[in-house]
Amino acid sequence: MKDRIRKATRHVNQNEGLIFEKSSPGKAAWKLPPLDVPEADPSKLLGSSARKDLGNMPEVSEIEIIRHFTRLSTWNYAIDLGMYPLGSCTMKYNPRVNEAVARVEGIANGHPYQPEKISQGALQILKTLSECLIEITGMNAITLQPAAGAHGEMTGLLMVRAYHQSQGNARKKILIPDSAHGTNPATAAMVNYAVENLKSDSRGMVDIGALEAQMSEDVAALMLTNPNTLGVFEQDIHKIADILHAKGGLLYMDGANMNALVGKVRPGDFGVDVMHLNLHKTFSTPHGGGGPGSGPVAIKKILEPFLPTPVVVAKADGTLGFDYNRPQSVGRVRAFYGNFGMFVRALAYIQANGPDGLRQTTEDAVLNANYIRKGLEGAYDLPYSTPTMHEVVFSDRLQAKKGVRTMDIAKRLIDYGFHPYTTAFPLIIPGALMIEPTESESKEEMDLFIDAMKSIAEEVEEDPQTVLDAPHSTRVSRLDETAAARKPVLRWKPA
Amino acid sequence: MLKAIGLRSVDELFAPIPAEYRLSRDLKVPRQMAESEIVDYFRQRSRENGEGYTSFLGAGAYSHYRPVIIDSLISRGEFLTAYTPYQAEISQGTLQSIFEFQTMICELTGMEVANASMYDGSTAAAEAVMMAVRLTSRRSVVVARSLHPEYREVLATYATHQGMPLSVAGFGDDGRVNLKELEKSITAETAAVLIQSPNFFGTIEDVAVIAEVAHKHGAMLVVSIAEAVSLGIVEPPREADIIAMEAQSFGVPIGFGGPYCGVIATREKFVRQMPGRLVGQTVDRQGKRGFVLTLATREQHIRREKATSNICTNQALVALMVNIFMTVYGKVGLRELAKQNLSKAAYAAGQFAKQGKVLFAGAPRFNEFVLQTKEDPYAMNTRLLGHKVVGGLPLKKFYPELGNAALWCCTELTTRNSIDTAVGLVGDREGLAPSTKEEAGVEEVAR
Repeated sequence: MKDRIRKATRHVNQNEGLIFEKSSPGKAAWKLPPLDVPEADPSKLLGSSARKDLGNMPEVSEIEIIRHFTRLSTWNYAIDLGMYPLGSCTMKYNPRVNEAVARVEGIANGHPYQPEKISQGALQILKTLSECLIEITGMNAITLQPAAGAHGEMTGLLMVRAYHQSQGNARKKILIPDSAHGTNPATAAMVNYAVENLKSDSRGMVDIGALEAQMSEDVAALMLTNPNTLGVFEQDIHKIADILHAKGGLLYMDGANMNALVGKVRPGDFGVDVMHLNLHKTFSTPHGGGGPGSGPVAIKKILEPFLPTPVVVAKADGTLGFDYNRPQSVGRVRAFYGNFGMFVRALAYIQANGPDGLRQTTEDAVLNANYIRKGLEGAYDLPYSTPTMHEVVFSDRLQAKKGVRTMDIAKRLIDYGFHPYTTAFPLIIPGALMIEPTESESKEEMDLFIDAMKSIAEEVEEDPQTVLDAPHSTRVSRLDETAAARKPVLRWKPA
Repeated sequence: MLKAIGLRSVDELFAPIPAEYRLSRDLKVPRQMAESEIVDYFRQRSRENGEGYTSFLGAGAYSHYRPVIIDSLISRGEFLTAYTPYQAEISQGTLQSIFEFQTMICELTGMEVANASMYDGSTAAAEAVMMAVRLTSRRSVVVARSLHPEYREVLATYATHQGMPLSVAGFGDDGRVNLKELEKSITAETAAVLIQSPNFFGTIEDVAVIAEVAHKHGAMLVVSIAEAVSLGIVEPPREADIIAMEAQSFGVPIGFGGPYCGVIATREKFVRQMPGRLVGQTVDRQGKRGFVLTLATREQHIRREKATSNICTNQALVALMVNIFMTVYGKVGLRELAKQNLSKAAYAAGQFAKQGKVLFAGAPRFNEFVLQTKEDPYAMNTRLLGHKVVGGLPLKKFYPELGNAALWCCTELTTRNSIDTAVGLVGDREGLAPSTKEEAGVEEVAR
């Protein structure tokens, strides 16, 4: 490895097979207390439903399990190891106090069906978080039920549809800018709306002329990410809202990029009718290798009758409870009340910050993105010069001349000790490098990142093959994804 | 940093936002709190949330012992603070653990492939049904009334705008799906029959017979499993085409209903219509074994509006809890654990039968049973709460036809002593005349 790599160095890590390859009969990591009731005879109680055998389930000892998963863990990159600049993913620090409070007895073990009288603690958490998120978004009401961002999108569009239906016409289509996340069109399809693409203008923003031409009384809503996936604030947002509202359409905001706005501007104030939040992005709940997420949906008053059931309400005696009697509701989108454990963590995050901290967080996130933009300008092509909010999108135009594409640069970044940025998205920029540092990064860490990116740009000029063959320092080199998809091996089988 | 960018103040960074929308005041959220205050706040909420009660609630959220190594391992930052493993070279830990998870789910369910997780059991069931709709090119769905009522509600929400007509098949005196009704409901347009086993009453369905009925008419059988521990001792629904599971029982905190861990498992030939993430085995350039996310052409980030589902983030960290739990108990432990559940519930049902009527005695059950009493179950629960006991779930809201009935659950954590106490408390009123209290008023207190 070259001397120029400052953040990372090689170290030994352990090999580890599949858990099944360590299994042998008689090893065990479990112990049950002695049974204090008569032992049931499964064949008598269950008859033909009694199970004879558990197949190839493993038999291993506790220390083997600890080592197995600890070794696996060392093969992962993580926020705890360094900057994780994935654009639109908002990989910020996950405070550990959140984890501690989520594990307090009555919070971790409360049953969703325990009587409301002994659920006041959980209900209070639901209510307080709801109030905070309503205030932060500038909306009027909220549901916490959706389990993730895409699930929130579905819930939001269900409410949009129910609203239009109540007006006598469910309408036919959803407008989606070409810079949108893939979940947006997939969600519209799930709610049985046709998708119509909306193109961006030369600034990377919604093309107002195109919107005016495409807007009609067939359009149920526009799904807009703001700031959009270029990290650009839609400056004509009020015009966009007006154009939609004039023809009875609604403005849906994908809140994936809310980390650029909290405490500085509220979507409810600029014309948004319905939006989802990602608690695992903006509100610091851990990504956990791909979930759990949580996707609350905040709405304006006109959509309130359509909220999923149940809704938390204050009762006459001053206690809190659930209201199930909501005849216009879109129904349930998930059993119980949503990913409650994530609500606990998000509320702890809000409390740890308060009004000043939340504002500062946003300011730091935007400042950091602009610092990186400045640092990399020149070394990488910046297709849109529009001001940057919380993330900045470069392209691989300069490097492509040497045959090096965004994915290659991303892979080389791994050797420099960083997780790659988001590659090849948004689709409107060929060969995109989408970088979001979040507020969590110090100037020192970002300087290392900028140095690494510049160094790679130099390597592309001097020795492109090194970049094309990257990563060089990982346990495995580039993996054959084509073979994986052609003949899928999706489980282990005994030899 | 500002100087480096060439700005004088942070405000200039926000200049692109039209001034009339910028917030010129503080957000009205709680003031900034110290860590100690935050911990105190949640300890206080915890005290108001059923701390110290003995509970007999199940109904889709089960109280099982969680081995301590689950939390020590998932608290490792490399698992906790990693993103979805798109960059395979630096995500092998997450990827290999998901591959093991998929394998163990296959072993336990008798299916050939399993995905990396879904949001929960309710959405997994709805997505499994939509998968059957795509596979059969038929549209209507028959749902067992003995499926978790909230799962039914979720399916209804998903189905509304997919043009998927739903019909419901009731249950017989043994608590199992009424086969005559089922057969009558299935038409040439039925894409799927959706049942749960053990069902919402804890009763184990005769899956083979139901599969035969469904398959005879060209429909697929989707089986929902809400109590994963049952798989340790109950034969899995091997005759199903798709299994939609909730794996919360495997080491996931009850946590007031979430986050949980749904999973879909099915036959290999259906995999390309399966929603959600999948991890596959492959090799690197040196031929070394490694794992990647695969078959992504089903997914929203590639297919956009033509994807099998809009699912993106799933429940990876919760799936890791499930994975560790399955590894800890393994081949022998899961069976012993399930046997303890079976024994406790059998004992409890026998004891409660002396005080009230245990319904659906004609079919086998796992760790739940329905107890019918003279006393209104809401009134009973209010009474039991005074003794720090949370009784079974009153079923009036979901199944008014069952009268004063409640769904009770016992797991390996339920002691004989607590069962005997609860039986005694229930019995205190069963010798008396039927409750004459106005139900609505009582419900208000005990719901």
